[in-house]
Amino acid sequence: MITLQDFYLLSPEITLTVLGFVVLILGLIFPRMFRETLAAIVLIGFAVALLFSTQHWAAPPATAFYGMISVDKFAVGFQCLFIISAALTLMLSMNSLEEKYLLYSEYFALIIFATVGMMLMASSAHLLTLFLGLETLSVSLYILAGFRRTDPKALESSFKYFLLGAFASGFLLYGIALIYGSVGSASLTALAEKIGQSVTPSSSQISSSTILTNQSIFITGLVLMVIGFGFKIALAPFHTWAPDVYQGAPTPIAAFMATGSKAAGFAALLRLLLASNIMTEVIWQQIFWIIAVATMTIGNIIALRQDNIKRMLAYSSIAHAGYILAGAIANNETGYAGIIFYLLSYTFMNVGAFGVVALLAKSEKEYVNISEYRGLAYRRPFAAIAMAIFMFSLSGIPPTAGFLAKFYVFSGAVQAGYIWLVILGVINSMISLYYYLGIIVVMFMQDPEGERAPITPLPAVSIALAIAIFGTLNLGLFPGQWMDKFQALARSLM
Amino acid sequence: MADLNQDFPLLSFLILAPTAGAIILSLIPADRAKLLRAIALVVSTIIFLFSLPLYFGFNQSRTAFQFEEKYEWIPAFQATYHVGVDGLSLLMILLTAFLMPLIFLASWHDIKKSVKGYLISMLLLETGMMGVFASLDLLLFYIFWEAMLIPMYFIIGVWGGPRRIYAALKFFIYTMVGSLLMLVAILFIYFYYGKVTGTLTFDLVQIRDLLFPANYQIWLFLAFGLSFAIKVPMFPFHTWLPDAHVEAPTAGSVILAAVLLKMGTYGFIRFCLPLFPNAAMQFTPLISILAIIGIIYGAWVSMVQPDIKKLVAYSSVSHLGFVMLGIFTLTHQGLQGGLLQMVNHGLSTGALFLIVGMIYERRHTRMIADYGGLAKQIPIFTTIFMIVTLSSIGLPGLNGFVGEFLVLTGTFLTNRWYAVLATTGVIFAAVYMLLMFQRVMFGKLDKEENQKLTDLSLREIIVLAPVVVMIILIGVWPQPFLNKMEKSVDHLIRTVRYRAERVNQAPSLAPVDLAESKKIMPPIGQ
Repeated sequence: MITLQDFYLLSPEITLTVLGFVVLILGLIFPRMFRETLAAIVLIGFAVALLFSTQHWAAPPATAFYGMISVDKFAVGFQCLFIISAALTLMLSMNSLEEKYLLYSEYFALIIFATVGMMLMASSAHLLTLFLGLETLSVSLYILAGFRRTDPKALESSFKYFLLGAFASGFLLYGIALIYGSVGSASLTALAEKIGQSVTPSSSQISSSTILTNQSIFITGLVLMVIGFGFKIALAPFHTWAPDVYQGAPTPIAAFMATGSKAAGFAALLRLLLASNIMTEVIWQQIFWIIAVATMTIGNIIALRQDNIKRMLAYSSIAHAGYILAGAIANNETGYAGIIFYLLSYTFMNVGAFGVVALLAKSEKEYVNISEYRGLAYRRPFAAIAMAIFMFSLSGIPPTAGFLAKFYVFSGAVQAGYIWLVILGVINSMISLYYYLGIIVVMFMQDPEGERAPITPLPAVSIALAIAIFGTLNLGLFPGQWMDKFQALARSLM
Repeated sequence: MADLNQDFPLLSFLILAPTAGAIILSLIPADRAKLLRAIALVVSTIIFLFSLPLYFGFNQSRTAFQFEEKYEWIPAFQATYHVGVDGLSLLMILLTAFLMPLIFLASWHDIKKSVKGYLISMLLLETGMMGVFASLDLLLFYIFWEAMLIPMYFIIGVWGGPRRIYAALKFFIYTMVGSLLMLVAILFIYFYYGKVTGTLTFDLVQIRDLLFPANYQIWLFLAFGLSFAIKVPMFPFHTWLPDAHVEAPTAGSVILAAVLLKMGTYGFIRFCLPLFPNAAMQFTPLISILAIIGIIYGAWVSMVQPDIKKLVAYSSVSHLGFVMLGIFTLTHQGLQGGLLQMVNHGLSTGALFLIVGMIYERRHTRMIADYGGLAKQIPIFTTIFMIVTLSSIGLPGLNGFVGEFLVLTGTFLTNRWYAVLATTGVIFAAVYMLLMFQRVMFGKLDKEENQKLTDLSLREIIVLAPVVVMIILIGVWPQPFLNKMEKSVDHLIRTVRYRAERVNQAPSLAPVDLAESKKIMPPIGQ
């Protein structure tokens, strides 16, 4: 029976879906409407959705629509993260929307629909909901990536993302089909129950998947699904699309993909990992261990040689996915709490870093090469200081959020006994220092060359950056209040 | 929290006041350079004045931490904001507070580019330094330890010499490489302590009661020790130091030599010795030999430097070798000498960098060959330079002698050959310092530019005079300073010996029983 309660549980998603259509229709009726007005409407809509979402925080976990949706602290936490990411992205976009060919009502609506997709992924209790969420997100992002449709680079970006994304969706769907075939249900709760039955206290050593009748089909299905998510999160070796796509996409959208979309992928992956309980098996631990180390190492080493800042940030974003995965390998409360803390910190600092690029550049062709940042501190001191804060945070230096985030996931891993994983992670942080500091060197320690016409950024962009700075420093200095929440969130997951 | 000696949170004030000053500065327009400098000077002077009650209020008959403050900070990790001082950290905090106003005064004309950023960086650096010396929580310590790198990185990289970018990057990456492994070790200690005792904490006061198994101690000592050894810097990790020192602006060099290097030696004393006593004893020969190599190598390299600033920089390697040698004798004399030598080196090498900076401002060269015969031209400068040089050499009656003598006494008691070798370092020090002094100050005043040199201005005399006073004061009357550290040093040595004896027991809490420790370890050499 579908009751009103079900709709109440889904209220954040419903709010945003309605908002998306309203924005589209407003764009049709009033094509000359000021984009500030429209953006304000969207931000208000986001605030309402945020409000609805937080209503469910204190309530006990509940499922809706015949067990398709599960609303628990985990879902609420991620939903808040997605809304923050989307709102910041939207504010950053105000600068580049000056370009005439951007149809902003569609642009806004696509961001909103992508957010709905992410939220569905985080609150899915069923593999089909999960897939639907993922596709809603992906399709919106394919279009957004190619939004500057007159630029060949943007088209390449969009097309590459679409082709590889379609492949990944195929993998995912095939995996879902196989799991459905072996378990007899595509519901995550049913999956967990089935596997839970097989592990009795006395025989806890028995591999959880051995009891299932069609073991090999089940495992194949899991592998295929992990590959599908690996693509979304850009884990090695499924990461190669990220730099090209980030480079061609509008800068704020690149930030959105690196933070919101990545967080959504992690949310869905965590749901799957915990329901199938595979992280207790040695072989899966080893596989993820290798993926994590490979992801961070490849990301960091290639980032060393980039001279395009968006590509550099793309590779750095790959590396960060590797660090985050360490929390999942740890498979304990600290690790999972660390992941969400990391993702939130990463949202602030990475949106901030892309945001500085968006703030400075009048068009997508400006401020792309790192050499264009020479002596920025003397021309645009505030932008340079903001960028420096984000760079220090991304490289994990206290007192910024990036440090505590790394500290959090790594402490989960140490607790679970993965000392070497942490040592390799730490060595990777050292490597990453070099290119993050490189940006600071260029901005502060080299003399500016040539004059540039000063631009006056829109207040929305400055506010977004201020929020990002505040988030980065607040999470780094006074994380106490937040960590309790994340700890509760991780507990609700396990 | 048992014994808060006073109501006013003195340590927190010392840690946070510089940041407050930096915030005030950030609100003032950048073109009002004079006002900015004046505010920085006033703030740092106030901080120095507030550090005096710390010295006079410090009860030297107690071994426990004093002026303790403890607040909840990250409950999810049981990490606390816990600060306090004992005899090991007291003098370092005072030295930091003492030098800051002098530095602001010294760089009054020196720094011209973005004065505001420079002053803010310096004040934030002071917060970091105070925090490192006062933290009693491993996580808090680590955060200060790392965060302090950021302002120093900017000071070298933005306001430094021609090769500043290379030097700043090298400084930052070298130091980070060491400390990241320390982070892993801190995490390991945190969870290991939790496993043994059932409570998770980063609090040093609790953790230092835990006795780690011998094989763990080795690894943990190495992880902590590497980051400290790089900071000291011990041979062979010293290569960042000449670059950083030479490229940094004068004030940066002073802080680097006087305070930042001491964080390394302080780290050994505060963490490595009491937490991993067995490993410390096992590594004593290695560290002593590296220290002696540092002493002699630093001195030899100094001898052949054509650049005065580089000479002073390499002499730091040599001086810090003495400190490390003294600490790892694990005797009262050695440790006290090491601690006092930390202060002495801060004063004399700090002053040397200031003096080099002053002459560089006048002549824009640091090459020894460009000078000669300055003594006739600038007598006040010469007098002060002479005193500082003699202090650096360790002339009896000045501060350097007291520290080196104690270190060598401690070394002699434990290993005579080490003492013999280290003593040659004192002789070499006399050679390179006096040769340099002679070539710069005496001889013929034959260079035309040098004949126009002006003597020290009042501002410069005010900068150097307090340092000279302290140099003489510690030289003739070191007892008050030694008394302050006496109890803590005694307690530390007992802790190390007492716990090293018990390492083979199962991991457990082993608070030091002082009464018993007296029985097993009669005080050496007293």
